[in-house]
Amino acid sequence: MSIIEVTNLTKYYGKSRGIVDVSFKEEEGEIFGFIGPNGAGKSTTIRLLLSLIHPTSGSARVFGKDVTTHGPEIRRDIGYLPSEVFYYEGMKVIDLLKYSASFYGKDCTERLHELSEYMELELNRRISDLSYGNKKKVGIVQGLLHSPKLLLLDEPTAGLDPLMQRKFFDLIRKENTRGVTVFFSSHILGEVQRLCTRVGIIREGRIVEISDIRTLQQDNYKKVNVTAAGLDQATFALPGVTNVQVEDGTLHFFFKGDINAVLKKLSSLKLSDVTIEEPTLEEIFMHYYE
Amino acid sequence: MSATIYLHEFRTRLKSVLIWSGSLTALVFFFFSLFPSFAEQAALMQQMMANFPPALLEAFGMTKVDLSSLMGFYGFLFAFVQLCLAIQAGNYGFGLVSIEESELTADFLLSKPVSRLQVLISKLLAAVSNLLLTMLIVTVVSLVAIALFNDGHEYAASTLILVLVSGILLQLFFLGVGLVISLLVKRIRSVTPWSLGLAFGAYVLSAFSGILGEIKLEYITPFKHLDPAYIVLNAGFNTPLVLLNVAVTLVSLAASTWLYLRRDIPAVS
Repeated sequence: MSIIEVTNLTKYYGKSRGIVDVSFKEEEGEIFGFIGPNGAGKSTTIRLLLSLIHPTSGSARVFGKDVTTHGPEIRRDIGYLPSEVFYYEGMKVIDLLKYSASFYGKDCTERLHELSEYMELELNRRISDLSYGNKKKVGIVQGLLHSPKLLLLDEPTAGLDPLMQRKFFDLIRKENTRGVTVFFSSHILGEVQRLCTRVGIIREGRIVEISDIRTLQQDNYKKVNVTAAGLDQATFALPGVTNVQVEDGTLHFFFKGDINAVLKKLSSLKLSDVTIEEPTLEEIFMHYYE
Repeated sequence: MSATIYLHEFRTRLKSVLIWSGSLTALVFFFFSLFPSFAEQAALMQQMMANFPPALLEAFGMTKVDLSSLMGFYGFLFAFVQLCLAIQAGNYGFGLVSIEESELTADFLLSKPVSRLQVLISKLLAAVSNLLLTMLIVTVVSLVAIALFNDGHEYAASTLILVLVSGILLQLFFLGVGLVISLLVKRIRSVTPWSLGLAFGAYVLSAFSGILGEIKLEYITPFKHLDPAYIVLNAGFNTPLVLLNVAVTLVSLAASTWLYLRRDIPAVS
């Protein structure tokens, strides 16, 4: 049974597009990266899974149950961290967390203190006095408090300093090894690359690609950097060469196809330097957006 | 119904309840302390009132009322209490779900394992409790004021009860109508202009209905449905209008439920 199963899910807000015909599955124990620029439909998808909004057509199932009919039951085992967190301003952190915990009908006190200590969260401060990053920490503790089986993270690292980001990632990994499934939406590819096993790429409301993060990096492109005298745009006019750029006597390009063709060409040149490397996800990603 | 949400909501509005109750206490006491002089100089009052333009007296519902009788005076005073109750209840109605949306805490609440129906019912019950608490304070204050300033006048307890009940019906009306309007419009940024607009709008309509006489404005304004002057004069409700009032409240609540269950919670933008 898939933890998340989205089938032809479509959401329009009046006439404006949310997502169109989105389908994907996430299996138990996976960390699934959901990548796309702002406005692509990442948040829409997550809000549909939480039934904060209702689908125009198509369906979504979480834990094998339909989100529109079994919302409360499903949400019992979901932890949600939105990109921007907003809480009742007048409350103290501890009161908010206790209020949050009271919905789950189990004692979360121990975990509450454990998580707050780990995230270095001051429990006695008022929400309205917290900085953005600190509110985010409240969000993290609040989302993990009830030991959910599925974490929906919507651009979770925005506002966290690098140190906290690392702690947060470690925390997510730890949860994951305990069997928690993670759905991680982001527009920062580096972090997805660090954390996720599989990714879906969404663009203008539609899924463009779903693949294993390794295959996405390996099968597609090589990034070639050549430094030699007398190079120009036309030097590597081979089929499969794209994105040619000349910079300070160095030629950068992407190559997809039989690597021997490039090597043959290289061996005919008098090189001062050459590297052939895996492109970063960021660079691959740019291709999908051109 | 979720006890967690109920308690949270009830507590959140407690300060507002205390402020409103304080103002209403002051209003009732100040007004009612004038009753002994009104009662003593009834003849003088009538003479003075005769010099006012009739339209003005109609607008304030002072033509039929006998301000020298205890319930007549209380009914006159209670019209102002009603206006305050309407604004307060309107505030709670308009804000019931819209405040969570404009302050963006709706995401937090609705991602919890509770159904929309549970959320709405818990919120409504909490708001109704807040309003009834206000009404309870108004009742106690009224009884104390009457005991202090009755000037030896008698009154019918049943009439007093009906006047107080009219206050509750009015609260529920503005709670329900405020809620349904807040769900019909796209987004409410600030609650107060809406509740003030609704309450004063209805109040002005009620005043005009007095002046224009023939035109049947009483059907649309709750201040006419539950006119305290009418209740005192007839020692009873205007039954058809009260039923109409209750019907509008119930339809508003049913429509609100329907709308809220289907509502898309707006995201941060």
